[in-house]
Amino acid sequence: MEWLIALVIGVMTTVGVYLTLRARTFAVVLGLTLLAYAVNVFLFVMGRLTIGQPAVIDAAAIGYSDPLPQALVLTAIVIAFGMTAFLIVLALKARGELGNDHVDGLAQPSDEQPTEVKS
Amino acid sequence: MSHLTAWPVFLPLIVGFVLLFARLGGLRLQRSLNLLAVLGLIFLSLELMRVAVSGVHQVYLLGNWIAPYGIVLVLDQFAALMVLITSVLALAALWYAIAKNIDQQGAHFHVLFQLQLFGLNGAFLTGDVFNLFVFFEVLLLASYGLLLHGSGRLRTKAGLHYVVINLIGSTLFLFAVGTLYGVLGTLNIADMAAKVAQAPADDLGVIAAAGLLLLVVFGLKAAMFPLYLWLPAAYANTSAPVAALFAIMTKVGIYSIIRVHGTVFGAQAGELAFYYAPWVLGLGLATLLLAALGVMAARGLREQVAYLVLASVATLLIGVGVNSPQALSATLYYLIHSTLIAGGMFLLADLIARGRGVHDDRFESAPIMPNAILLGSAFLFGAIAMTGMPPLSGFFGKVLILQAALDQSWYAAVLTVVLVSGLLMIVAMARSGSLVFYRTQSVAVLPGDTLNSSAFMAVAGLLIISPILVIFANPITAFTDMAALQQYDSATYIEAVLSTTAKPGVSR
Repeated sequence: MEWLIALVIGVMTTVGVYLTLRARTFAVVLGLTLLAYAVNVFLFVMGRLTIGQPAVIDAAAIGYSDPLPQALVLTAIVIAFGMTAFLIVLALKARGELGNDHVDGLAQPSDEQPTEVKS
Repeated sequence: MSHLTAWPVFLPLIVGFVLLFARLGGLRLQRSLNLLAVLGLIFLSLELMRVAVSGVHQVYLLGNWIAPYGIVLVLDQFAALMVLITSVLALAALWYAIAKNIDQQGAHFHVLFQLQLFGLNGAFLTGDVFNLFVFFEVLLLASYGLLLHGSGRLRTKAGLHYVVINLIGSTLFLFAVGTLYGVLGTLNIADMAAKVAQAPADDLGVIAAAGLLLLVVFGLKAAMFPLYLWLPAAYANTSAPVAALFAIMTKVGIYSIIRVHGTVFGAQAGELAFYYAPWVLGLGLATLLLAALGVMAARGLREQVAYLVLASVATLLIGVGVNSPQALSATLYYLIHSTLIAGGMFLLADLIARGRGVHDDRFESAPIMPNAILLGSAFLFGAIAMTGMPPLSGFFGKVLILQAALDQSWYAAVLTVVLVSGLLMIVAMARSGSLVFYRTQSVAVLPGDTLNSSAFMAVAGLLIISPILVIFANPITAFTDMAALQQYDSATYIEAVLSTTAKPGVSR
């Protein structure tokens, strides 16, 4: 199971980094979201992988899974969710004020560089 | 266990939410509430300072859970100093915003202002790395709102960059925190420091890597080379009081490096003791050179002040990188100076830009601004302080840092870079001063706003701190010496945090 989880985190991080480096705000938002997913799974794994074991005290339990990373992930998810919502609103505002969705708000957008628009 | 340590965190939070409803009572109510709260915060931080000077760590157990399991707030001299600087800077920034009606340009200025202080004070007082992450997010979210306050194309563009780069920083922070937790099994700073000392040799590589990743995150906040590119645009394009308040934001990064790295990888850490210091020193030197070039290349006064902030951050990084109690003491002295004077310079640059009307803050020939002599004198005063010329506090701060660097093997590089960049900055400031104040057109009509004396008071209040720092240099350096020694004594910190017992008879 370890290699599968590691692979998933790796792929999500790669895709996230690639999308974050794109020139359009929408791709950047998606990239940051994927990075947040990757880091959430990563945090979760840092409590070690356990199957079918309780996180809170249980008289019948033979072992426990680490509850702290679960609490950390919960916090991280909430924060990432809020930040993503804020970023989407900001990206829309930038689209409205700068007239295009390039991250640098270029003066002459899409016409010259149609290849970059759809990613 | 007194609740005093927790109040600087709770007061802005409570006031922030009260201000949300105070909107119904009108702007005057919001303004007076906010001013009262900031004044209260100053008194509170003076009281904290009085308690901290005793040299005993004040550990506050949140929810009465004992140390490695619960979250703690820790007050020592360094933290008390940061909280005090923040509240003084906040008072000046708020006063300026009210005097210039900047708080009216958008919704919820006062609410965001208090939440910003909540995040800052929390970051200074917390003793837990994950809690530090949460407070970072709080102060960042408030700063996003403040940065975009008012509006304008350039502000939105700079804001977008600022938000994206900080979100990436948050992701890296979580990766670093996750790795450290995976290896050490704890996130309490004191407990981490104790665990690093006993870590098996196999784990040291992973711990070192995670520590450096954390350094990248704090370096991003502090605008360390090569992660500073967001700073000039963000600071130059936001409103003046926000830029002034943001002078403390870069120092949060510096503070976190000193607090987290200095404690976890402190003297007790064995093989990893202070392994980060050469990185900080080298990157600090690179940042300082590039910041000096930026000061020379700036096209407007606000951008120039933003690069001056960068230069001051770089000087602080060098002080941290030199890595001795003496250097840290000098760094703290320079930190007080650079934060407050940079805040004053942002406000002053805004007054000058408004006085020049359509010419704004660009370095070009413009009609004489109203009250040019007063503003020009203030500019000269601020420029002397910022570039580190005698007789003001910037000079003494730099001398102290250079003196501490003499014991270091890199002293030649440190001396060369600091002195050359100082010269470049003096030349650049002299040039911009003469362009703005001397090369004027003789036009009879007043070009821009006349000087608002109430707003000027905020500038004067911040700039006057520079001579005060010089006159009272002896007691202040005595204090920073104590604070630096306390910070370097990580064994006492660990002992103080981990031995604090829960208050009996209090239900959780």
